[in-house]
Amino acid sequence: MAADAAPGTAVRFEPNLMRRKLAGTIFLGLCLLAVGALLLTLVVLLWDILSRGLPWLDAQFLTGAPSRRTERAGVLPALVGTIEIAVLVALITFPVGVAAAIYLEEYAKDNRLNRLLRTNIANLAGVPSIVYGIFGLALFVRGLGLGSTLIAGALTLSLLILPVLIIASMEALRAVPRAQREAAFALGASRWQVVRGSVLPAAAPGILTGIILAMARAIGETAPLILVGAVTFVTFLPNPVASGYTVLPIQIFQWAGDPRSDFQSLAAAAITVLLVLMVVLNGLAILIRARLSRHLAW
Amino acid sequence: MEKEPPVTLTSPTRAPNGSQSPGVPIRITASSDARRPSAPASSDASESATTIRLEGISCWYGGFRAIRDVSLDVERRRITALIGPSGCGKSTLLRTMNRMNELVPSFRLEGRVTFDGTDIYGRAVDPVVVRRRVGMVFQKPNPFPKSIYDNVAFGPRVNGFKGNLDELVERSLRRAALWDEVKDKVRESGLSLSGGQQQRLCIARTIATEPEVILMDEPCSALDPRATLQIEELMAELSRDYTIVIVTHNMQQAARASDTTIFMTMADDRAGYIVERGPTLRIFTNPEQRLTEDYVSGRFG
Repeated sequence: MAADAAPGTAVRFEPNLMRRKLAGTIFLGLCLLAVGALLLTLVVLLWDILSRGLPWLDAQFLTGAPSRRTERAGVLPALVGTIEIAVLVALITFPVGVAAAIYLEEYAKDNRLNRLLRTNIANLAGVPSIVYGIFGLALFVRGLGLGSTLIAGALTLSLLILPVLIIASMEALRAVPRAQREAAFALGASRWQVVRGSVLPAAAPGILTGIILAMARAIGETAPLILVGAVTFVTFLPNPVASGYTVLPIQIFQWAGDPRSDFQSLAAAAITVLLVLMVVLNGLAILIRARLSRHLAW
Repeated sequence: MEKEPPVTLTSPTRAPNGSQSPGVPIRITASSDARRPSAPASSDASESATTIRLEGISCWYGGFRAIRDVSLDVERRRITALIGPSGCGKSTLLRTMNRMNELVPSFRLEGRVTFDGTDIYGRAVDPVVVRRRVGMVFQKPNPFPKSIYDNVAFGPRVNGFKGNLDELVERSLRRAALWDEVKDKVRESGLSLSGGQQQRLCIARTIATEPEVILMDEPCSALDPRATLQIEELMAELSRDYTIVIVTHNMQQAARASDTTIFMTMADDRAGYIVERGPTLRIFTNPEQRLTEDYVSGRFG
């Protein structure tokens, strides 16, 4: 007692180990509960989709076009539309998004205008996707006269995910330690050489994560595409600049809205295809990221 | 150079375990003089003894004045140590010598910094050129997340090196006393090395751009005593060809490893200034100023 407390004071430490450990246990329990709820939802969802969709998933489904007769219906036009849109969106957003992030993070001075710019980009990320659809309709479909083509859809989706990509890339650039920039500057590198040779390689895995998240969002998006004129019944492969097109989420939307149970099973099968596509895409990105971050560790 | 009194000699190579246990009085190494038995640097008539010269330097970060009216000369192919309490502006002063401070947006400098007579803040001078000739090693080892080879090759590459890169990388790594440890794994990540090896890699990286001056900002503060000793030996070796300015918190290090010591402290408004400068031996054994004496004897700071 006397050894623990300074003379003339009461006991100064109350270890209370039991209570501290209990608090830790409760917290851990809550975390497990959250994970459990998520897992349960996922399993039920997957089970529901797979049990209904898998029986319909065959070569005919993957290579066929939508049809009124369910046994002949397929998702090929939607699958190709989704892949084409994904590639286009990636080609548009990657250079624009990363360049904007590099400018804002590495070049722009910290003044009022640039702070306003940053805040606005963050706000854009929260704008409902339907608003991008309206904007895309006005600008790309009507204004630029692109019509209801796949390219107009890709441009609209690009606008939608650019803020997300820019913010994620800025975060990745900001996470590169200042010491890395200084090391390059101290060797006589110009600003661009510092960015190109030191900062970008170090930020690449983080930027890639941003791209994965953004692409996943673009691929799963439905509402803005409906506005810019993606159609629901396409039996041909889309021509990006001339024809109508559809994508998987819209095909799913159409089939799922049909009261006949066979069509709902078709929707489940299409969801399965979309899920597999996402998993493949994410897996690919994780592989690339692992390669890029081989050397990274600080 | 003045005649120095005999002192206990502990050359770094012969130090028993590379570290000074606390409580042992500072021992002065004379190794720096041993390696240049008769050499006032000014004896070489072809070049002046001064490389970098600061004249009336004051620095501000925004409204805060970090350095007040500092002037000093850095002697060629010598090791100059900057010592002083935390926050007295040693690093800031060091960074004025290769224009690294400019990367801090609110930084402002007054005064003149010349390198071999040229004003390095002159209108016609590009900081990129200054930094290639005045290299810098940082407090925390900061290799790039690249291979050992690419770390060393970075500087030569960005500066348009046209010679044999393999040969330059090997020579730089040898010069930094790292080659034997890494020659079989130059393609592995620089971050796979130990802290001391990483710092020698950073020195090799600096040497590879063939600078004339190497600035070292507390290069050993993140290293263990053994690695510290290796860096100090390396510095002694490098000072035959390079001018070295080192900021250090470790007074034994300044005493062991430098030729000239500059003691800085800060005024009441926290602006740093130079209290005293002189041959290291004199600063540590016979300081003129009371403040210096208090600091080097460990009574404050």
